[in-house]
Amino acid sequence: MGWGKLNRWLVWGEWRAYPLRALTAVLAIALGVALGFAIDLINSAAYNEFSAAARSLAGQADLEVRGTQPTFDERVYPMLATRAGVAQASPMLELEASVPGQTSALKIIGVDVLRAASMTPDLVGVAAADKPFDTLADDAIFLSPAAMAWLNTRVGQQIQLRAGSRVVSLRVAGGLVRARTGQRLGVMDIGAAQWRFNRVGQLSRVALKLTEGVNLLAFKQALANDLQGRLQVLQSADETSRSASLSRAYRVNLNVLALVALFTGAFLVFSTQALSVIRRRSQFALLRVMGVTRAQLLRQVALEGGLLGALGAALGIAGGYALAATALRFFGADLGGGYFPGVQPTLQFAPISAGVFFALGLAVALLGSAVPAWEAARAPAAQALKSGSEETALNRLATPWPALGLMAIGGVLTLAPPIGNLPIPGYIAVALLLIGGIALMPRLVGLVFQALQGVPTRRPLVMLVLSRLANAPGQAAIALGGVLASFSLMVAMAIMVASFRVSVDDWLAQVLPADVYIRSAASGNTAALALAEQAQIAGTPGIARVDFLRLSQLNLDPARPAVALIARNVDVSTAERVLPLVQAVAVPADRVPIWVSEAMVDLYGFTPGKTVRLPLVGQWRAVVVAGVWRDYARQFGAIQMRLGDYRRLTGDTAVNDAGLWLHAGTTPAQAIARLKALPFGAALEYAEPGEIRAVSLKIFDRSFAVTYLLEAVAIVIGLFGVAATFSAQILARAKAFGMLRHIGVTRRQVLAILAAEGGLLTLMGMAVGFVLGWVISLILVFVVNPQSFHWRMQLHVPWGLLATVAAALLLAAVLTALIAGRSALSGSVVRAVKEDW
Amino acid sequence: MLELRHLTKSYANGRRVLNDVSYSLAAGEFVAVMGDSGVGKSTLLNLIAGLDAPDAGAIMVDGVDIAALDDNAATRLRRARMGFVFQAFHVLPHLNLQQNVALPLLLNGADLSRAGSMLEAVGLGGRGADFPHQLSGGELQRVAIARALVHRPALVLADEPTGNLDPDTAQQILRVLRDELRSTGASAIMVTHSHAAAATADRVLILSQTGLHAA
Repeated sequence: MGWGKLNRWLVWGEWRAYPLRALTAVLAIALGVALGFAIDLINSAAYNEFSAAARSLAGQADLEVRGTQPTFDERVYPMLATRAGVAQASPMLELEASVPGQTSALKIIGVDVLRAASMTPDLVGVAAADKPFDTLADDAIFLSPAAMAWLNTRVGQQIQLRAGSRVVSLRVAGGLVRARTGQRLGVMDIGAAQWRFNRVGQLSRVALKLTEGVNLLAFKQALANDLQGRLQVLQSADETSRSASLSRAYRVNLNVLALVALFTGAFLVFSTQALSVIRRRSQFALLRVMGVTRAQLLRQVALEGGLLGALGAALGIAGGYALAATALRFFGADLGGGYFPGVQPTLQFAPISAGVFFALGLAVALLGSAVPAWEAARAPAAQALKSGSEETALNRLATPWPALGLMAIGGVLTLAPPIGNLPIPGYIAVALLLIGGIALMPRLVGLVFQALQGVPTRRPLVMLVLSRLANAPGQAAIALGGVLASFSLMVAMAIMVASFRVSVDDWLAQVLPADVYIRSAASGNTAALALAEQAQIAGTPGIARVDFLRLSQLNLDPARPAVALIARNVDVSTAERVLPLVQAVAVPADRVPIWVSEAMVDLYGFTPGKTVRLPLVGQWRAVVVAGVWRDYARQFGAIQMRLGDYRRLTGDTAVNDAGLWLHAGTTPAQAIARLKALPFGAALEYAEPGEIRAVSLKIFDRSFAVTYLLEAVAIVIGLFGVAATFSAQILARAKAFGMLRHIGVTRRQVLAILAAEGGLLTLMGMAVGFVLGWVISLILVFVVNPQSFHWRMQLHVPWGLLATVAAALLLAAVLTALIAGRSALSGSVVRAVKEDW
Repeated sequence: MLELRHLTKSYANGRRVLNDVSYSLAAGEFVAVMGDSGVGKSTLLNLIAGLDAPDAGAIMVDGVDIAALDDNAATRLRRARMGFVFQAFHVLPHLNLQQNVALPLLLNGADLSRAGSMLEAVGLGGRGADFPHQLSGGELQRVAIARALVHRPALVLADEPTGNLDPDTAQQILRVLRDELRSTGASAIMVTHSHAAAATADRVLILSQTGLHAA
């Protein structure tokens, strides 16, 4: 009972004496927890909404049969509907309809309304009371509220959509009352959809409801065997897995990035607690003399850290929820990655996630307090009672071996493969390198400033500064923990983002060699150019050469998102002219060559020279991997094949895109004007390479905006750490400064000493931080990115940006030291030298 | 109450500071220990308190060899049976006077009400809510004495308790210490360089290379 009261007295006494320091530590933890929790809440809300929308499309079906390409022959349907064990079968045609003037597509599902009513009731439109048969009408479409708002239309009006190079006009016959908030969806009769969008005889999927008592797994296995991989049989779990893998790497990476702020906060707690323990070293020794055991003292210091952590974490959870609610309200659920377009989730408090982030906040505070607590408990009481023993408390920190050990383990972990397709060992390697680098600081500070101390000087202030830094490296290094962590991570992220951006820019220059590009539509899969239209484009005056592209999709693995199939003219002998190849092998002339993106090698093992089979139009086709190319546009894999091979194997002669090379003397503007004059020309999208490049880089920058924001927060927390530790150290040295003032050092000179110490320490921290950040950037560029997103890139250091941030940080640190110094020196000089403690 | 048996202690650098020190302290006895700087006076107090271990010999506190106890057991013995007064006062700056004096009572799970009466006894009645920075050096040492005796220890160890005080204040402090020792019946060992301080003790001992001897 007595001990509990003493705990309270000691904690409260410390916080009452230094409320700002305690508050800073609490706020640092709160900010870290809030950012992590908010991003997790937003991502979870978006993902859950996205998954719920996908589930609502699947309805009550037990199984679903899908094609390996976006559509398959509808003759499969009667075979499925009459198969033993099937109670009901509902055919569907799923389209991403191109909308003139819009950059995203409208999802349209064509359904057999009589079957959909029982199997996928969410997909049945509500017709007007006086027009009950509109659900079967060939000109009617039913739109979700979000789709109506997006297209700025209402029931009774017409909407225009693209089919091939034509515009299809449909009447909005009603709404979809059970569509989810933000879900842009249209539903129409399947026959009408096939006819209107040139998909006669084609289906996207067939939902199956099995007869009661049928073994689901056995049925699924038997059906899959019969279909021989030409079609895929999926359960709802497969669909969930597919939607999860779509955004998982992105969500995990963003969460890890959000935790950087918390990680930096841990160092702030460490420096706050460490300096507090050092300052109270003789007080704790007194308690030991009076009968407090080592374990009790350890618990006392840990309790202080734990309370800071608990308060910060609780504030962080509340703040994180508020932040998530605000972000969802004003910016939407997509944090820049583009994985959740149009999703409008409702924020829900997630108790498990809150518990995890609360525990993380508490854990980092306890970890930050662990070393100081241990030091406080193990210090010999008799020795600690004497003044001047503060630096000895930190001698153990100068031992380099634990730090070097951590860095070595980190180095080994960079060689480890991903776990569950996530670069977990890479993340741990980054953390170990950071902790190791920071733990090495006392040793480095001592070595560098001891060397500088050897330089003869007659200037007493310089001597004072250098001797302090050389002989108290432990205390100096503690101040740098937070700033070193945040600066090195900032350097690492800046190098990684710059490397990525420069690589993407170079790549764009390589993949956009034509003078003008045309697309059948900005998005969607319903717009296309038929052979006659292709001939008209090629025959347009001023156009020397046209490279047509057919973009399609292939489902190779039910649990993974579809891969892109790109058909274009590629000359095997000069493939590197049109593809950014990173590897190539010779392929026999009688084989069908394909070129795969790097993601295909990682995800599907499509290595150069390997013969693989692709499911095209219900047939397995053997092809040979002729090369690997770099693709920054598609994370889940892409395959390029020759247009001629594609047409021969699929019978599909339509194209989506084209690159145009112009005759000398023809300007892009002239060519575009002539193309627009074609009968279908007005419906096409036109762009010059420069425009595409600018738009691509704008999207790139937007997707990294959150990254920059999180980094900025980490830097601010690092600066908080500098402020807290400098002020703590200056306060602890009040007696020494009082003595200096007594012997004739002016107040201005004392401040100059502090500014010089702060500046030199920050310079040292930034130098080490740069080296550490550069090493971490290598891990991000060559381990984390390839393992997360299958993107490989060349290294590029943004010197200008780094120099600017370093200068700003240096200035901020010097100002922080000065402000802390002015505040600490405001007390009485006479009292300072008489201070008992 | 306390018995030192053939104590020997050397520093880590090999220099021997205590050589075959033996002494028996009776209950209620107040002795002063004098000696040259560096002869090991403070080390002797640390050994008696169980904060350091002798190289050889035994330290019997109420029949228990504190040197043979592990850290936790020595800490519990120290907590219950000893009180300390230091040259540098060592009053916790962020606790008020009442809380500072009550610390040993809290640690021993005892009733805290005696803290107020101890403050009165040392002449600081009514100032329990004050903080250490509001006190003079002499007043701080009174707080330290009150804290050392509040839990009625059997043994008080005082290391240069008047070293930071002017002669008048030092005399006042010693009078307070003497009176309180008498009223609580505690034994005490006071290390000092001051002959005036030593004169207030029942006996004066000299610590030298050859051991502990009567002056």
